[in-house]
Amino acid sequence: MKILVAVKRVIDYNVQVRVKEDGTGVVTENVKMSTNPPDDNAVEEAVKIKEAGKANEIVAVTVGEDKAQETVRKALAVGVDRGIHVKVDGIIEPLAVSKILQKIVDKEKPDLVFMGKQAIDDDCNQTGQMLAAHLNWPQATFASKVEVKDKLLEVTREVDEGLETIEVNIPAIVTCDLRLNEPRYASLPNIMKAKKKPLEQINAADLGIDTKQRIEQIKVEEPPKRKAGIKVSSVAELVQKLKNEAKVI
Amino acid sequence: MSRETMEYDVVIVGGGPSGLSTAIKLKQLNSNLNVCLLEKASEIGAHIISGNVFETKALDELLPNWKELNAPVKTKVSKEKFLFLGKKQSLSWPTWLLPSVQKNHNNYIISLANLCRWLAEQAEGLGVEIFPGFPASEILYNEDGSVKGVATQDMGIDKAGNKKDSFESGIDLHAKVTVFAEGCRGHLGKQLIKKFNLDKGKSPQQYGIGFKEIWEVDEKKHQEGLVMHTVGWPMSNDTYGGSFMYHAENKQIFLGYVIGLDYKNPHLSPFDEFQRFKTHPQIKKIIEGGKRISYGARALIEGGIQSLPKMYMPGALLVGCDAGTLNMPKIKGSHTAMKSGMIAAETIFEHIKDKKTLSSYEEKFKNSWVYKELYIARNVKPSFNWGLILGILFTGLDQILFRGKLPFTLKHKHADHQTLLPANKTKKIEYPKPDNIITFDKTSSVYLTGTNHVENQPVHLQLKDTNLPINYTLEKFDEPAQRYCPVGVYEVQIEKNLPKFIINSQNCIHCKTCDIKEPSQNITWVTPEGGGGPKYGNM
Repeated sequence: MKILVAVKRVIDYNVQVRVKEDGTGVVTENVKMSTNPPDDNAVEEAVKIKEAGKANEIVAVTVGEDKAQETVRKALAVGVDRGIHVKVDGIIEPLAVSKILQKIVDKEKPDLVFMGKQAIDDDCNQTGQMLAAHLNWPQATFASKVEVKDKLLEVTREVDEGLETIEVNIPAIVTCDLRLNEPRYASLPNIMKAKKKPLEQINAADLGIDTKQRIEQIKVEEPPKRKAGIKVSSVAELVQKLKNEAKVI
Repeated sequence: MSRETMEYDVVIVGGGPSGLSTAIKLKQLNSNLNVCLLEKASEIGAHIISGNVFETKALDELLPNWKELNAPVKTKVSKEKFLFLGKKQSLSWPTWLLPSVQKNHNNYIISLANLCRWLAEQAEGLGVEIFPGFPASEILYNEDGSVKGVATQDMGIDKAGNKKDSFESGIDLHAKVTVFAEGCRGHLGKQLIKKFNLDKGKSPQQYGIGFKEIWEVDEKKHQEGLVMHTVGWPMSNDTYGGSFMYHAENKQIFLGYVIGLDYKNPHLSPFDEFQRFKTHPQIKKIIEGGKRISYGARALIEGGIQSLPKMYMPGALLVGCDAGTLNMPKIKGSHTAMKSGMIAAETIFEHIKDKKTLSSYEEKFKNSWVYKELYIARNVKPSFNWGLILGILFTGLDQILFRGKLPFTLKHKHADHQTLLPANKTKKIEYPKPDNIITFDKTSSVYLTGTNHVENQPVHLQLKDTNLPINYTLEKFDEPAQRYCPVGVYEVQIEKNLPKFIINSQNCIHCKTCDIKEPSQNITWVTPEGGGGPKYGNM
């Protein structure tokens, strides 16, 4: 079995994101970037499946500018075999990414595609689902547990009511939740070895995919500042304020 | 358990200006040398914080074509100011009356973090292997006692010291020569200085704590290239300290404050002094209406050559502020750190090629311009022991009239942890509450540093005696850790009517102040799991 894992480079989750003064986006200059956290879970799960002898090759793919290669290198350092970097400059929307991934799937013919459930920068939560639609493959989203069973996958997913367990036929798309596993650390010797693993570079244009933006972003602004709280002296006053001032009851 | 070993010609611990310059110079001298550089931060630059007005002397020697290589050294100093502050007033000191060491007209306002990122690119281009996220946690020795290399930290250990599922063993890195470039109060450098008695016959090292904030200000108030320094308020006459305000590119202002860690009053809070300083009319008028976008703090070296330890030992060298090459009156350490690294590289190159002993490092260092600079500067900091006014008068004589050639050298008398007076014999200081516009609290400040440590890991701020903070330090000094820590790692909370000492180690920004100032030297800073700590941008 062959697994394709998609990884994305985003602003590190510890960084306090700042909105650009002109409202055209967020500041990415002088900001630490990392792999999208649930993508790390996707990589880890693929590596675990390979370690259990149920897969024989893992390919990691990223779509983005040159520096996005760092995320593929990181995946190569924890057990992924090969990398692909599809080069696109500027903002790229989930629809275009899913079309690019479809081309990569056509080329690589994996049995499973893993990726994070959503990216922490735009929070779209669309790419996996769109890819499933393009390929007409079953999808298992928000996976918090994955078991490979012969020709199918048993996937536990987090839903509003609790946990739902479903079975999907292979080939399938799995989008991963942070609870799926604990990503391992890359060891120093493995980082060195990763530098020698193959990383293929492809231009998005050569795949025949139009990556131009279809969504017009009008303005980006900071969420309004939370006002300071007040103390009330009695329950009656609280109820009165909730009713008349906050108008929530 | 046996661990994996990797062999290198040279292993460098720390990816700041000194370590990166060592690496680059080594590869320039001999591109076949195998050079590895370890950095504890998640990426090069993420733990770098500095003013910074940069003198290009060392960079000119290391990479003469730095302009063509697009080094992030762009904003030339265009104007200088020096102010004495009273509580409300200020007195501008004519710049022609400043000692030449404090003149900056050929220098640049830079982000040292960005310069380090750029230096790392140059080093990688030359074939240096750089590993961010891998702290060197332990020194390895040969049987004859010489330094053999370092071990990187195990990853995936829980609070109690047990291996987690994600455990990944550290590895041993062996080298012909190991270079320690951890910066001020490096935790391995500190061990080496002790083990090899490197500070024998030297004055105790002197430190300061430096704060920095980056502000985005109104275009009209911004004068790109303006450098301003102040002394005086809010420091009293007997506390060594001063501020910097550098107008950098993109409407940004680098605003900072440095306080000598030899301060005496345990009630003093360096963080709050910095916050209070910003309310001075001269400062407030510039940052008012602007936005604070970054915050950070770091201890720095102030001891100069009186305190500079021997920088070589069998199998290893100290470079930059792991030894202490900062030039205090110049308020600059980047160019001296870089040069010390370049000299170290020349020493190592000859050592490997011609079997020359590493002791030639000292001789080379003494013949270099770094030493001459530090020699001329040597009496400035100790003279401030007599207070700000006498210190300034003496410095005027020493630096302008005699140009550092007075026939004596003032000594530093005490280590910084010995200078605190008892809490009941000193005045409590009431600091104004933060207004969240100009002044802030520690919680909102640490938030801007992007600091994070993996939660379930051993506490990296170790107490030799866990009872001491409450049984002794609290009563005698009102536990000053609550105040000298710039991010509120240390707290004393009352639980069931009893005081309890709390260490919020996940907030630690790796400044090392506690390791320096704790009056009984009870706190030891060790490396947390790799990648932890702040994530500074253009600091």
